[in-house]
Amino acid sequence: MFPNEKIDPPSDDKRWRIVQATMRRNGFARHSLIETLHTVQESFGFLDEDSLRYVSRSLRVPLSAVYGVSTFYHLFSLKPAGKHTCVMCTGTACYIKGIPKLLEQIKEEHDISPGQTTADGELSLLTARCVGSCGLAPVGVFDGEVVGKLTPELLAARLQLWRNGNHA
Amino acid sequence: MHERFDEITQKELADNRAAQHVVKVCVAAGCLSSQSAEVKTALEQGVNGRSCKVKGVGCLGLCSEGPLVAIEKHLPDGSSQNIMYQNVTPEDAPAIMESLDKEPVARLLCPTDVPFFQRQQKIVLENSGEIDPERIEEYIAADGYRALITAVTEMAPFEVIEQITRSGLRGRGGGGYPTGLKWVTVAKAPGPDKFVICNADEGDPGAFMDRAVLESDPHRVLEGMAIAAYATGANEGYIYVRGEYPLAIARLKTAIRQAQRMGLLGSNIAGTTFSFNINIRLGAGAFVCGEETALIASIEGRRGQPRPRPPYPAEYGLWGKPTLINNVETFANVPTIIRKGGDWYASIGTAKSKGTKVFALAGSIVNTGLIEVPMGTSLRDIVYEIGGGLPNGGVCKAVQTGGPSGGCIPASYFDTPVDYESLKELGSIMGSGGMIVMDESASMVDVARFFMEFCMTESCGKCVPCRVGTVHMYNILSKIYQGEGTPRDVELLEKLCDMVSVTSLCGLGQSAPNPVVSTLRYFRHEYDELIAGANGSQTAVAPTTEVAS
Amino acid sequence: MKRQANVRIKTLKIDGIDVGAREGETILELARENGIHIPTLCHLDGVSDWGGCRLCLIEIKGSNRLVPACMAQAEEGMEVFTKTPRLVTYRKMILDLLLSERNHVCAVCVSNGHCDLQSMAQELGNTHVGLPYLNPSLPVDATHPYFIMDHNRCILCQRCVRVCREIEGAQTKGAMGRGIEVRIIHDLNEPWGQSLTCTSCGKCVQVCPTGALLQRGKAVGEMVKRRDFLPYLQMMRED
Ligand SMILES: Cc1cc2nc3c(=O)[nH]c(=O)nc-3n(C[C@H](O)[C@H](O)[C@H](O)COP(=O)(O)O)c2cc1C
Ligand code: SF4
Ligand code: SF4
Ligand code: FES
Ligand code: FES
Repeated sequence: MFPNEKIDPPSDDKRWRIVQATMRRNGFARHSLIETLHTVQESFGFLDEDSLRYVSRSLRVPLSAVYGVSTFYHLFSLKPAGKHTCVMCTGTACYIKGIPKLLEQIKEEHDISPGQTTADGELSLLTARCVGSCGLAPVGVFDGEVVGKLTPELLAARLQLWRNGNHA
Repeated sequence: MHERFDEITQKELADNRAAQHVVKVCVAAGCLSSQSAEVKTALEQGVNGRSCKVKGVGCLGLCSEGPLVAIEKHLPDGSSQNIMYQNVTPEDAPAIMESLDKEPVARLLCPTDVPFFQRQQKIVLENSGEIDPERIEEYIAADGYRALITAVTEMAPFEVIEQITRSGLRGRGGGGYPTGLKWVTVAKAPGPDKFVICNADEGDPGAFMDRAVLESDPHRVLEGMAIAAYATGANEGYIYVRGEYPLAIARLKTAIRQAQRMGLLGSNIAGTTFSFNINIRLGAGAFVCGEETALIASIEGRRGQPRPRPPYPAEYGLWGKPTLINNVETFANVPTIIRKGGDWYASIGTAKSKGTKVFALAGSIVNTGLIEVPMGTSLRDIVYEIGGGLPNGGVCKAVQTGGPSGGCIPASYFDTPVDYESLKELGSIMGSGGMIVMDESASMVDVARFFMEFCMTESCGKCVPCRVGTVHMYNILSKIYQGEGTPRDVELLEKLCDMVSVTSLCGLGQSAPNPVVSTLRYFRHEYDELIAGANGSQTAVAPTTEVAS
Repeated sequence: MKRQANVRIKTLKIDGIDVGAREGETILELARENGIHIPTLCHLDGVSDWGGCRLCLIEIKGSNRLVPACMAQAEEGMEVFTKTPRLVTYRKMILDLLLSERNHVCAVCVSNGHCDLQSMAQELGNTHVGLPYLNPSLPVDATHPYFIMDHNRCILCQRCVRVCREIEGAQTKGAMGRGIEVRIIHDLNEPWGQSLTCTSCGKCVQVCPTGALLQRGKAVGEMVKRRDFLPYLQMMRED
């Protein structure tokens, strides 16, 4: 039914079927680019070059537009993340309640700044603009689990737990 | 349709009364992040044959004391008694269950006879914390979807708009544009294809009202959109939700499915010729996509860059068709207005700002969470009465409203009634409802710098004043904050503020200078002190972003 | 410039002069027809408008918002002002912002003497830049056999992107990132020389207002651009 369905995915990884399903649901329309990229990001954790080329051909969106969209929106990432991710909230409430100090602490203890991953690939540090739990500021999200009322001790303990494998 | 609703309502009420106790656990995002899901499971396990129903509900308001559990006890005389517990852990579940027929667990009690609960007036949040957001039946039992049925079966589109106009409702997304007027424009626009878009991008980085509404009472928003579609002649809708709100997205999807199944969305709603469908589109982390033309670009699958208006979306919007864009809270007011009448709504609030407004209270304040108050409530009442003042008797220095597009209002102006005009006069804006309370320790220069950093990193980069101007302003603010500023820097800063606000293409750039202008207006001495080096002890926080230096 | 069969005349005033506009005409088009000069940078005859440089901002009586002349439609009864003191001040500041954003060193530029940014600075009288330079370190892409892209001189006017998309149809050029980090890219941010979609037509080079896009082998001051092909192409393509 859709000629675009014939375009082969980059590999026989099963996750491409989920991506294909999203495109099919949207009739392979060009405007489903962002929806499709969301699916790729969710399925693979990031957008690599092969996936961008595949999506570009399937949806008939020029490469430059696919790259332009992928780099415009901050939820999309072109690099694989570390094994664990820590998202620190840098919304107003969390900022006022001391997130900058906690970010400094992570820099000191793990030598990474927002957007970076530790050399051992264990930990990625990200920031988000308000995760919507301002009542519990300062807030961090550890592998998807929202933790409020963060303290330096709580943060150190959390992160150390993940990195212990390599630092013990 | 109404009869079917009556049936559902009867059944819901009977089910509810059948249990002696209804235990309501908040399962909105705030409480979920303090393990309320586990609390709910523990409570369910503790039922043990008691006449008791445990259910998940939306936000109960006092997020900082979560997980919150409300218990409704049905007395033999038909009345009921309510109590609330705070900071509940899964381990507390047995004690709570044990106490149902006895005295409440004193150490967990959350007093509800305090201003935080008493001074609120709930329209948008009326079902929040009462109903299970994942069951359409509960929404219907709370008078839900009646307004939609009444509108499509008994009212002409212009009569619906007439009620909205009379209500005086203004856009809750920040601008405060009269909603009725916007609907009229879209209704009058020619052509068979029109769209309704719900702006749920909630970009203000310190606000979570829309999130709470979507998580606690998603059907209310769907109903509001459907009524708007009927009134303006649209037959397709989009909800543009922040990608960072997975729970809200999941609940919306559930709600849409349920409404479709009951024939409240889809073709021939309530047996009329009116058809309306709603799609969900996810944002992907770009504040500027809250701006309506950028939002449209994003739904169309492009980079979220605004374009000059006019033409306005009401005439030339999604795919070039007339499009109505309203905020979540704006739509959430609509069903109640149709049910109770525009005049009723207009009786609440001030002369030019009608109804209630939901605020997200956060920062240095005892009661952080969500509140809904009539327009015109003073900041003093909000901070000291409802908010319970500052922790440890701290002294409030200022309140920030309107997020990155707003300003800081000093404590000396706290008697000002909160409405669109008064806040604007004070150099801030109503914004979407974020309200951050700051104590004496907050540096206003740092606050200004924080928001400028936000605007700089969120600028789409299309127009020169915003793309480059915000970087210069941020650099100057950093320099001043780090004690290296000169009086000339402040002069330049003021010039840039004026220029960026006047010449930028969209609202982001146009309002980016607001936090600087308002802190310069009320807290100029803090800038001067930093420049004079008088404040040498201040430890500079490392800049979060380094820009082209 | 659009040729409109439907000639419904609207009357308005630009800088005090009575002028007549066709349906759908922009204020920029109208001003030019009447010999009134409005500075522009991102506007390019023959492609769609972008509205990003903000140099063409004008004032309309009765409104305190400034609007870009390149995209504002002429309306009956409007009173337009193109050179008020405040507009002049803002234009100079906008140009300062552009000059401070990247590394514009005219003395060593092949476009020296033929650069729209440079002539704009002369026109507006910007003799020195009133803002600190941001001095980003940016690459030069010299991988293409005929052309070079020097990001240090790009003002992000997106003329190249629009001509590549709308006239050539290749869509090789695009923009990535946002805010101050926006960069012009080829395909998936690949070296220009490796692009499989670029037809090497050179239209982007010709329309670039600065020395950001140039032909190989030009010495300082040698890069003269020709743009006459654009209105010609557009005219020949009209139905
Ligand atoms: C930079 C920017 C961000 C915005 N963000 C939001 C937002 O997150 N949510 C929202 O409802 N409106 C936002 N707005 C306002 C919308 O553009 C639009 O005015 C609003 O959605 C209209 O709905 P209303 O009339 O119901 O307020 C934003 C505007 C700008 C300029
Ligand atoms: S004001 Fe900022 S966000 Fe708006 S169009 Fe200009 S650069 Fe983009
Ligand atoms: S390369 Fe030239 S034409 Fe393209 S955006 Fe930069 S300055 Fe404009
Ligand atoms: S500011 Fe951090 S959760 Fe809102
Ligand atoms: S020429 Fe109009 S905005 Fe650039």
